[in-house]
Amino acid sequence: MNLSQQAKPVGERVVQRLRQIPISTSILAPLVALILLFVVSSLASEYFLNTRNLTNVMRQVSYTGIIAIGMTFVIIAGGIDLSVGSMVALVGVIVLYVVNAVSDPIQAVILAMLAAVVAGALFGLFNGLLVTRGRIAAFVVTLASMSIFRSLALYFTNAAEVSTRNPFFSDIGGGFFMGLPIPVLVFFGLAIVTHVLLFHTPYGRHVCAVGANPQVARYSGIRVERIVLSTFVIAGVCVGLSAIMLTSRLNSVSPSDAGYFYELDAIAAVVIGGTALSGGRGTVWGTVIGALILGIINNMLNLTGVSPYLQGLVKGGVILLAVLLQYKRTP
Amino acid sequence: MKISRVIKTTVLAASIAGSVSLANADSYHIGVTVPSADHGWTAGLMWWAQQATDELSEKYPDVSFTVLSANSGTAQVSNVEDLMIRNLDALVILPYNPATLQSVISEAYAEGIYTVVVDRELETPAQDVFLAGNNPGLGEQAARFIAEELNGEGNILVLEGPPIPINSQRVDAFNRVMEEHPGINILASQNTDWNPQRALSVTEDLLGSNPQVDAIWAGDDDVLVAALQAIEENQRDDIQLVVGGGGSQAVIEMIRDDHPMVKGTVTYPPNMIASAIALAVHGVKGERLGDMYHGVPSRVILAADLITADNVEEFYEPDAAY
Repeated sequence: MNLSQQAKPVGERVVQRLRQIPISTSILAPLVALILLFVVSSLASEYFLNTRNLTNVMRQVSYTGIIAIGMTFVIIAGGIDLSVGSMVALVGVIVLYVVNAVSDPIQAVILAMLAAVVAGALFGLFNGLLVTRGRIAAFVVTLASMSIFRSLALYFTNAAEVSTRNPFFSDIGGGFFMGLPIPVLVFFGLAIVTHVLLFHTPYGRHVCAVGANPQVARYSGIRVERIVLSTFVIAGVCVGLSAIMLTSRLNSVSPSDAGYFYELDAIAAVVIGGTALSGGRGTVWGTVIGALILGIINNMLNLTGVSPYLQGLVKGGVILLAVLLQYKRTP
Repeated sequence: MKISRVIKTTVLAASIAGSVSLANADSYHIGVTVPSADHGWTAGLMWWAQQATDELSEKYPDVSFTVLSANSGTAQVSNVEDLMIRNLDALVILPYNPATLQSVISEAYAEGIYTVVVDRELETPAQDVFLAGNNPGLGEQAARFIAEELNGEGNILVLEGPPIPINSQRVDAFNRVMEEHPGINILASQNTDWNPQRALSVTEDLLGSNPQVDAIWAGDDDVLVAALQAIEENQRDDIQLVVGGGGSQAVIEMIRDDHPMVKGTVTYPPNMIASAIALAVHGVKGERLGDMYHGVPSRVILAADLITADNVEEFYEPDAAY
């Protein structure tokens, strides 16, 4: 008698505690999908659990993953950013120009990284201002800027690839720290910072409120335009970080190819991660898991040697299944 | 609810497990990666890669192959990284774009993997063999043929490919030859992305703005077919000559059937990937080619052959994908 009476509040308290942890069912489903995929992959290929393979997968994921984190903010606030892929190319071109223009190699690398973040923020500001001040739908604005950014990248380089002989540059994206590739550390570090920003600051709550219902948000005193604008700047900064990692890993940039289809991979990662495409709710951790799921699928298909014609089908199918797993569909 | 989740999970697992090929203990494993089939030529590339690996794995049971494709340079970097995990003995790669692939190919080569780079050359060589078609030769042959057929006089349109080095090599060589023929006037030179739909609209626009056109050079045979459609739909009878590039079976058939406009194309054979795979098989085993007194050469440039009615039978191969 006594025990059960005592146990009840304890149990309730545990459940309450569990509910307070930001891992809700919407994030549990992608996590389950990720674990399943991981188990199946390690059974399917003897090479999958190879340490080098796992670090490869995480590095392959990090470029689009970093962008997907920025995209998460834009989508939660009710927008979309189709320009991120082209922006990677344009920022990448700027990075390589700065690296090649400054004579001191270490200064060159530092200035190039600064330039990438500043340029990304400015391009994000450009998108954001057109959406908020210009009152054009985010889809249309970024569809246009997707074309503009790619075109500028091609124009500045005459469509040729740009590479560098700077001895330190390739150490960023190609380097390791504590056994992990640097792009992976940046990806996870960024995820932690943005998670705190989204869930433990008033700013994060405002982003969700704006996405859920802009009118209500406006009446409750939130400066909706400023919040929307800031999400595009965050996306731009993420693109800047991704461009640094990608171009330094490859020690070059190809204006026609860099970031090609990244916008779709980023949006897919966000959606698989349980963020509503209509805005209002979403998590950074879900996006990280979504990006990892996409990366493992690609890796698996390559390791097992699935017919190249069928890879797209398997990838699309797994994306659909992952999303089916997490939405309770009403009959 | 629970059962349906179990079913979903099983389907997920089965869809992946079902596609797994059995790992086998061959003595040589050769990885092949090419750009994915986004136009006729790359479709031909993929077809020939499959064809060659099928034939060669039957002929040499001690060799196994993995063929991958990538829709961008960065995706191809991942392809190479993934292939290297699988105890690779040789790598055959047609790089999407060379600078992007440079560092990862260098890593493979430095690990002692026998590396064959096809078609697009690396800035810093990191390969055992480089095999390519002759891009400047393609532009040159097409230009000489057009100049000859037009007797050095006429207005021409050029349908270019996407802004990549291969296209500039072809078009630059074409323009260099045409500089020797002051009577030939290049009215316009436009990008078609080597994409038939885009080529159709570009040709329509160019025909609309140029009332007198004597010849069209399409840097790709699929583009040529699209250009022909535009010519027919606009009922233009001023065009005497259309010359292609690549050597697709469709265009070869037109030349064979004495098409009134299509009288020539220049080869840039997608089966170069098949030859590259064959070279890798012999190279990785340290064998000689045929009766040669040396091992596999370090540089192989395939000829750019002009195909006209005179020699069309040599190139006619109805089964090929391009």
